[in-house]
This record gives sequence, structure tokens and C-alpha cells, in this order.
Amino acid sequence: MSIFILCIPLFMFLLLGLTGMKMSHRLAGILGCCGMGVTLVLAYSVAFNYFFSGDPLFINAAGERLQHLLWNETWLQFTDKLEIKLGFLLDPISAMMLVVITTISFMVHLYSMGYMRDHHGVFEHGFQRFYAFLSLFSFSMLGLVVATNIFQMYIFWELVGASSYLLIGFYYTKPSAVSASKKAFIVTRFADLGFLIGILILSFYTGTFNFTELTSVPVEGLKDVFQVSSLTAEGVKNVFATSAAPMFMGASVMTWALVLIFMGGMGKSAMLPLHIWLPDAMEGPTPVSALIHAATMVVAGVYLVARLFPLYLMEITSLEIITVVGALTALYAAMVACTQIDIKRVLAFSTISQIAFMMVSLGVARPEFHHGIGYMAGMFHLFTHAMFKALLFLCAGALIHAIGSNDYTAMHGLRKYMPITHISFLIGCLAIAGIIPFAGFFSKDEILTACFGNSMLWYVWMSAVAGLTAFYMFRLYYLIFWWKEHKIPEGHHAPHDQAWTMTLPLVILSVISCVAGFVPFGNLVTWNGHPMFDHVSFFTNLEHLNWSVAAVSLAVAIIAIAIATVMYRKENPLPAKFKNAMPALWNWCFHRFYWDELYMFITHKIIFNGICKPIAWFDRHIIDGTMDMFATVTQKTSSAIKGLQSGNVQMYVWLYLVGALVMASIVWLCLL
Amino acid sequence: MIFSNILIYFVVIPLVMLGLLFLCRDMKQIRTVAVVGSSALVALSIYLTVDFLQLRAAGVNDIMLYTGSWMWFRPLNIHLAVGVDGISVVMLLLSAIIVFAGSFASWKITPLPKDFFLWLILLSTGVFGFFISIDLFTMFMFYEVALIPMYLLIGLWGTGRKEYSAMKLTLMLMGGSAFLMLGILGIYYHSAPEGGQLTMNLLEIRANDAIDHNWQYFLFPMTFVGFGVLGAMFPFHTWSPDGHASAPTAVSMLHAGVLMKLGGYGCFRVAIYLMPFAANELAWIFLILTGISVVYGAFSACVQTDLKYINAYSSVSHCGLVLFAILMLNTTAMTGAVMQMLSHGLMTALFFALIGMIYGRTHTRDIRMMGGLMKIMPFLAVCYVIAGMASLGLPGLSGFVAEMTIFVGSFQHADMFHRVFTIVACCSIVITAVYILRVVGKLLFGPVYDEHHLSLTDATWWERLSTITLIVCVAAIGCFPNFFSDLIHNATLPIIDALTK
Repeated sequence: MSIFILCIPLFMFLLLGLTGMKMSHRLAGILGCCGMGVTLVLAYSVAFNYFFSGDPLFINAAGERLQHLLWNETWLQFTDKLEIKLGFLLDPISAMMLVVITTISFMVHLYSMGYMRDHHGVFEHGFQRFYAFLSLFSFSMLGLVVATNIFQMYIFWELVGASSYLLIGFYYTKPSAVSASKKAFIVTRFADLGFLIGILILSFYTGTFNFTELTSVPVEGLKDVFQVSSLTAEGVKNVFATSAAPMFMGASVMTWALVLIFMGGMGKSAMLPLHIWLPDAMEGPTPVSALIHAATMVVAGVYLVARLFPLYLMEITSLEIITVVGALTALYAAMVACTQIDIKRVLAFSTISQIAFMMVSLGVARPEFHHGIGYMAGMFHLFTHAMFKALLFLCAGALIHAIGSNDYTAMHGLRKYMPITHISFLIGCLAIAGIIPFAGFFSKDEILTACFGNSMLWYVWMSAVAGLTAFYMFRLYYLIFWWKEHKIPEGHHAPHDQAWTMTLPLVILSVISCVAGFVPFGNLVTWNGHPMFDHVSFFTNLEHLNWSVAAVSLAVAIIAIAIATVMYRKENPLPAKFKNAMPALWNWCFHRFYWDELYMFITHKIIFNGICKPIAWFDRHIIDGTMDMFATVTQKTSSAIKGLQSGNVQMYVWLYLVGALVMASIVWLCLL
Repeated sequence: MIFSNILIYFVVIPLVMLGLLFLCRDMKQIRTVAVVGSSALVALSIYLTVDFLQLRAAGVNDIMLYTGSWMWFRPLNIHLAVGVDGISVVMLLLSAIIVFAGSFASWKITPLPKDFFLWLILLSTGVFGFFISIDLFTMFMFYEVALIPMYLLIGLWGTGRKEYSAMKLTLMLMGGSAFLMLGILGIYYHSAPEGGQLTMNLLEIRANDAIDHNWQYFLFPMTFVGFGVLGAMFPFHTWSPDGHASAPTAVSMLHAGVLMKLGGYGCFRVAIYLMPFAANELAWIFLILTGISVVYGAFSACVQTDLKYINAYSSVSHCGLVLFAILMLNTTAMTGAVMQMLSHGLMTALFFALIGMIYGRTHTRDIRMMGGLMKIMPFLAVCYVIAGMASLGLPGLSGFVAEMTIFVGSFQHADMFHRVFTIVACCSIVITAVYILRVVGKLLFGPVYDEHHLSLTDATWWERLSTITLIVCVAAIGCFPNFFSDLIHNATLPIIDALTK
């Protein structure tokens, strides 16, 4: 049955992609939704079965959740040991991701039925293509999370990248969309290069791609496998025996492999400095941003680290790198988000910042502290964030659809006109800001607890970022829904809530955002499958709160919201004052710390003009010039001596005479 | 009896087609001959693949199957010797498919359609003959048969600086042949132990293993460079951009699709298989050259503005990867190399077919002069995107499996030298993405550049047939790689045996 979870979206892609143009728009949309609906039901039943059936395949007598391969077929054999298999791995995180992906994907399928029309209800050009790509994306993303080995993950990793490319560039006649899609693909491709090399190193030294073999060994046992043992007589007698240099530039190859694999994750999850593609990716249709660039694909990097977490745990250096990258990204993105004008960009930077939260959470997770609470918290936040960020994006989509612009300056005061959107957006904001009892509060609190257990620095740092998060989200909220509304020009309709296809997903996701925090994640998803609580009830998460951390984070959030209220509830001179007080900081934030300009410089000035053009010139003029030179020299020589073949008899006689004389004198000289 | 051997028909069918083409009187008859003949070749190669697999499954473990040998010139002991292993089988399959697609792509060729098809079929006779031969002399003869028609095909039906390009291509490839001739003669004179009967038969030479090590040092570079020129090895690749740019569509397809594969095929069938000692010793020199090819071609492709130049440089990069993988001298990488040959053959043929079709409509190949073709000719544009995705290694299409097999295979060497070059070669996946997306973004997406293009039409049925055939093959390799990988893998084992002995 599980195979249909992958097959149905793939089939829908082929069906809509090949025959979509012959179908009516409505039929294509309904087919897409139905396909995704069936997938949703199947995925839910698989996940439900995994978590709650108590089947000994999935959970052992001690209550630990196990990894289980539903099926696993060889796809491509490389060497005797190394082969790519395609399979279906069921474990806590993949089951959780199945739920997340199918939920959001179904919401987006439904929502797009309303969104991808103009104001007269006419479907957009390429509507069928849109659904085909959505199905392709869902297929790839589902394949990614159920991957049984790292190469299967890489395959689907590339496929999600490609479907993201196709969807960002959906409005292909728009130059900005085309360049955004190109940028997204190339930046993530660059990161994937690291991922690929990491896979090559890892597989070379361990002799396997399979996650079960890589991660299921108890940590202590695995340590022996990877570290050069000095106990044996030969000195080295382990997998590294095949290697001439287990160390490279001061770090073990294992660290290199893990950091390079993380580089792949940095690209997909838009971590500094590979984050530049995500804000531009907002050129895609908004439902796409909700699905791919907020809830599912961009967390693939987090998922990757979580998937290999036992390996990362053996190289604490690599976890520390993850923490630092995550923390810097979180702060950076939150600062930038405070200054942006385009509402989708604010949300994009907010996504970057929140994913960085998850990364930090994984980075600070240590088994010795609260059973590795960081891991659980990261996954929990991934889950809740997917719900409320998708909600926020879909709200933004509703706003953009109603107003026809991405700028908040064109919005203002919409709470009267779009009450459902308003309430949903507010719920999303409260969730992301971490106000009890909304979803984000619980997951963020767990993350801060994990940071607290690791070091004071990260705790304070991440709490500050959490404060900034609350601030910029409420800034956005007030700017959109409060302030004085714009005058509606004569003959125009007032903005209003959208059709039910668009509103229903908002309502459903709002409800989820309200209650998702109560899911007892500690018993479902932990790094070693071991449950954290003995008894589970609806209030488990509340009972186990670390109130000292929770109180601080609540206080920070409330203060931040209060500041945002003072500054932005009504039009007033305060924001401008702040801006003028720190113009340099504001400018840097507004221009995203000039990362794009830096990349422009590197790619255009250095790589294009500095490498490509000289090489092309070298090829044309030096290499090809040499070849042409051979030809020219041959030609010149022959035209120089062709005069000798003049057909002039006197000339021939002269030459004959001279030649004969020379020959004769040579013979004569030799004989002497 | 010679005609009881199935392989002979790979040469007989094109020869019959040649004879029939002479008799043709109008376009319709020419097309009929071309289509029927190339379909027969496709059918034959599919039958051969199936039969080959059955024989292998039945436990026939000879290195070459369907072997046959007929004396041709007694004083020099030259035979018409044929035989195929897994690698030749897939190459024959590739050639047949590309000839088939090429016939459809030149549906409306003008002027002199009859002469065009005559030369084209003669060229494919050479290609098929090359892949079935196991006698060095016949191999070389078919190789030359495949090269010469190129001159006329480009010189007469080409575009742009066609005389210059035709001359350049022919002379450079002939230069390669000169090296090759020397190499083959050298091999011939060392083919048997002292006093034995000299031979040109690959299998016998291998079995005799009589080539002196000092001579191997000399003969290996000769043959490798000789074939390497055709495989567009740096720095002997410059015929490729000019040649491809000037060649008519079907010729570009056949040339990049199949003819360049002759180079790679020859490199391991002759150079490495017969001279394993020198191959082990000297591989590093060529590894540097081909490693450079891979990134060099890709970087050059980034700044070209002519569609065919972009593709020609991309071929330099991809074919460089073929030779690069062969030189890694292990099973996995070599399997990858053959997969890459297949994959590159199909997708470049697809690219050149599409470029030809686009050029036939817009009359320009300059990407700065075009834009937004997706709106005007959606079918061709979608096919172009698919070809591009195959080229940049999207899983599910052929490029990915080939490249990954190569990279995994290359990484099995643990020393720093191989590691560095493997990683350099890996970098090409990023650069490839850059130049492919640059073209796709400029050519197909964005606003329509030229108002006149708005009146252009989308693909005709024969163009659709030609491109769909190729796309189906590209996807088939990408989705079921293990079928091909198994077939090829077993065929590389004797070569690896020779190398490790």
C-alpha cells in the first residue's frame, strides 16, 4: 500500500503533464486534488499505523520506536557493496514528515483551485501545468523523506530542486521569475556538490549508503567503527584501513564528510551564506511558496541532519558548526525581516530564521541532556512551523490576490474587509511569536530549553532572536491589518475574503496551529526512539514545561509584541526615528547585508569575466590558433614553393644543371 | 557461411539501403528507404540485445559472442572478424536509434536529398561496422569510412563557414587517424610471440599478450591520442565546435551522438585492452588532460552565444568525462563511462535535433536574437528543457545515472591525485547547470524577443517522432539503469582482468 503514496503523485504528474493540455482546467485541478487527497489518506493511515498500532515491527517491548523498511529494491548497482536502492523507510521522523507533507500539499492543492484564477474566476494560463508540477513536487518530497539510503535521498533531493525550479519559474514570461528560478537552482546545485562529495567520502569509508547501517548501531559501537583503533597489532584494522589518509587538513575525513553533507542541507534550507535564493524564490505563485519554500522542501536540510543525527553525534565538531551556522542565520534573517516591505519577503526571511532555529536545536542536542531534547524540539518545531508558516503564506496569498500587490504599503486596515484572513493571520503570528497556547510556543520553548542545556550563549542569543521574531511578525500584522485603510477608488470592489477553496485551508491550518502544540512529541519522535514520558495525556507538554525557560520566552515575546504595537499600530513617527537613529544598521538590514551584491560580483565579475571568458578566448585563439597555424604554415610553405613548378622549360633546365652540378660535387667530395 | 552471422546484417542493411537509394527517383522513395532501413536496424539491434541477454543468461561466458572470422587478405592475415560483447551491443543499439531519429530529422533536407542520404547511410555503415569488428584492420577501415563522408556532408549541406569547418574537422580527425595507423601497425608487428603468426584480431592479440612493455609505452599514447581526437580530448577538441556549428542537423546528431563514441570505444577496446601495462603506467597523463577537458569545456560553454557552440563545448565536457572515467581503470568507472557514452549520445542527438528544428524556423542560432520560444513553440521548448535537464544530471533521465556511476567509481581510488581530479570533475555538475539554465532562461523563457517569431509554427509530426524517440530512450536509461549497467558491467570485466594481471 505504501508504494501508492509515491505512485499516485507520480502518476498524476505524468497524466497532467502529458494530457493536461487536452483537459479542461477544472478537471485538471479536481484530478490533482483527488490524487493528493487519496495520497493524504494513505499517508495518514501509514503514519497512524506506525505510531499507534503497537505492532512489534514498529515498537519493541521497551516502548522504543524502531526503523522499519517496508520495501527496498535495488535500482543501480555500483560496486559489490555500493548500490542505490529505492525503498520506503518508516521511522518516527519519516512518518511525521509524511503527515506534514501530505497535509500541506493537500491544502495547497485545494487553495490553488481558488488562487490560480483571476478576479473573474477564469483559470490562469498553464493551470494544468501548475498541478502537474505540484504533483511532481509532492512525489519527490515524499520520496525524499522515505529514503532508505543517502543516495536515494540525493536523487529525490535533486528532483525537489528541479520541481522547485519549475514552480518558481511558473510565470516564465516574467524575467524576474526566470532569473529567480535560475538562481535557486544554481545555488542549491552548488550546495549539492558538497552533498555529493560528502556522500562519496562517507560511502567510501563506510562501504554503505544505507541509513539503517549508518545510524542504527548504538553510538558506542559505531565509534569503534569509525575511529582508528590503536588496540590492534596492525595499528589500524577497521574501515579506515583502506584509506591512506584518514585525516585531511587537520580534520578527520568523517568530519569532512559530515560537514560537506551539511553543506547540501545549508543550500536547501537556505542557511547563511547560501540563503540568497530563498527570498527571490518568492517570485513563484504564493501557494508554491507556502508548500515548497516554507513548509516542506526548505526543511529538507534539517531533515537530512536529523536523519544522520547519530553520525553527527560522533563528531561533535560538526554539530558545533551546525549550531554556529544556524545561530548566525537565525539572527541575520530576523534582523533583515524587520525592514522588508514586500510581505512575502518578510515571510521568507522569517522562514530562514525559523529553519535556523531547527538547525540550532539539532546542533545543541546532546543525548546526555534530557534524552537529547534538542532533536525532539527541532522536529517538533519543524512540524508546528510547517503548519503555521503555511498558514501565514496562504493568508498572504489571499491578501495578494485581493489587493494585487505584494507591498504592505498597498494594504493597511484590511481587518474590516477580510475578517477570516485577519483572524487566521493573527493566529499564525501568535503561533510564530510563541504565545501560549499556540503551537509555536511549545516547540520554541523546547528549543530554548535545549539551548539552555548546551550553553548560556546560545540560550540568550536564541531568546533574543525569538523576541525579534515576535517583533517583526507583529510589525507586519499591524501594517497589513491596522493603520488607516486606503480609499477604494470609484467602481472598484472592496477587498474581501476569498472563495471557500481558499478560505477552508486557512481555517483548517488555523485550527491545527492552535492545537498542534499539545501533540506529545516527546513520545513520538526522539533521536533514539525512546519515549520521554511515561504517561501521555492532552496536557503532557504543559505538565513537562520548563517554566523558568518558558516564562522568560513568554515575557520576551510579550515585550516584543508590545514594542511592535507601540511602533506600528497606528501611523506614527517612531519607526522613522529608529531608522534615522541607526541609518547604517537599517541600510544593511534593508539591503540584506549586501549578500546579493557580493554574489553578483563573484559570479559575474570573477567567474564569468575572470574565468569563463579567458578560457573561451584561450580556446579560440591559443588552442585553435595553434591548429590553424599548422594549416597556415602548410599553406604558406606550399604557396612559397609552388613557384618552382612554373612550367618554364628554361627554368627547369637551369635547375637541372645546378642540381646535377651540386650532386656531382658532393659525390666528388665524398670520393676524395 | 558469412550470412548466417547476425552481426553481418548491421553492415548489409545499410549497404542494401545504399543500393536502393541509387534507384530512388523522388523524395517519397528516399524517405521510404531511409525509414524502412533504419527501422530494420533498430529492430535488429533490439533483437540482438534480447538474444544476447538470453545467451548470457544461458551461461555462455565467452568474451565475445556471435564471433565469426573470414579471411580477407591472406599475406597480412587480415580477416573480416566480428563479435560483440555487452558494450558493443549497447553501442549498436544507440547507433540504430540515432540513425532512426536522424532520418526523421532530415525529412525535408534540401538540396540533393538523395545524395545527402547516400552519404549519411555510408557514414552509418562505417559506424556499425566499427562496433561489430574485432579485427584491427577492419575496425580502422570502417572508422575511415565513417569519417570521410563527414567532409562532404558538412561541406555541401552545412551552414556558415562550412568549407573551413569541413576541412578543419576532416584534417584534424585524419591527423588522429595517422597516429592510429602507426599504433595499429605497431600492435600488429608485436601481436604474436617470437615466430608466431602475426594477427590483427583483438582477442588473439590479447590472448598472446606479446606486446613488449617498452613498445607499449610508445603505442599506448599513439592509439589513445588517435582515438582521443575523435573523443574531443583536450587539446585536440577544436574541430568539434566549428564542425558541429556548420554541420546539418542529422549530421550533427550522428556525429556527436555516435561518431564521438567511436573515440571512447576505441580507447578502451584497443588502447587499454591491448596495452594494459602502459595503461596503468601512463593513465595519469591523460587523466590530467581529460580532467581539464571536463571543466574547461563546461566553462567555455558558459560564455558562448551560438546554440551549437554551447552544445559542442558541452560535448567536450561530457566526452571528456567519458575518457576520464575510462582512465580510472576500474569496473564501476568504466561502466559509468559507457553509460555516459549512451547518455551523451542520446541527449546530444536530441539537443542537435532541437537546435536544428529551432534554427530551421528562426534562421538564427544566436541566443541573443531569440527569447520566449516557450510561448511560440511549446513542444520544442519542452523537449529542449528535458534535454537540458538530462544534460545537467536530473535523476530519472540518463545523465544522472551515468555521472553518478563515474563519480562513485572514480572515488574508489584513495590517493590524493585521483581524489583531486574526481572532485574537479564533480564540479562540472554545477557549471553544467549554469550554462544549461542560462540558455533555457534566455532562449525559451522570458518575453518574446523578436516579433517575427510569433508567426512560427510548432513541431511537425516527423520532428515530434524524432524527438520523442530520443526522449523515451533518455528516460528509459534514467529510470531503469540497472538493465544497462549490468549489461555493460560484465563486459568490462575482461578489460579489468587484463589490467590487474
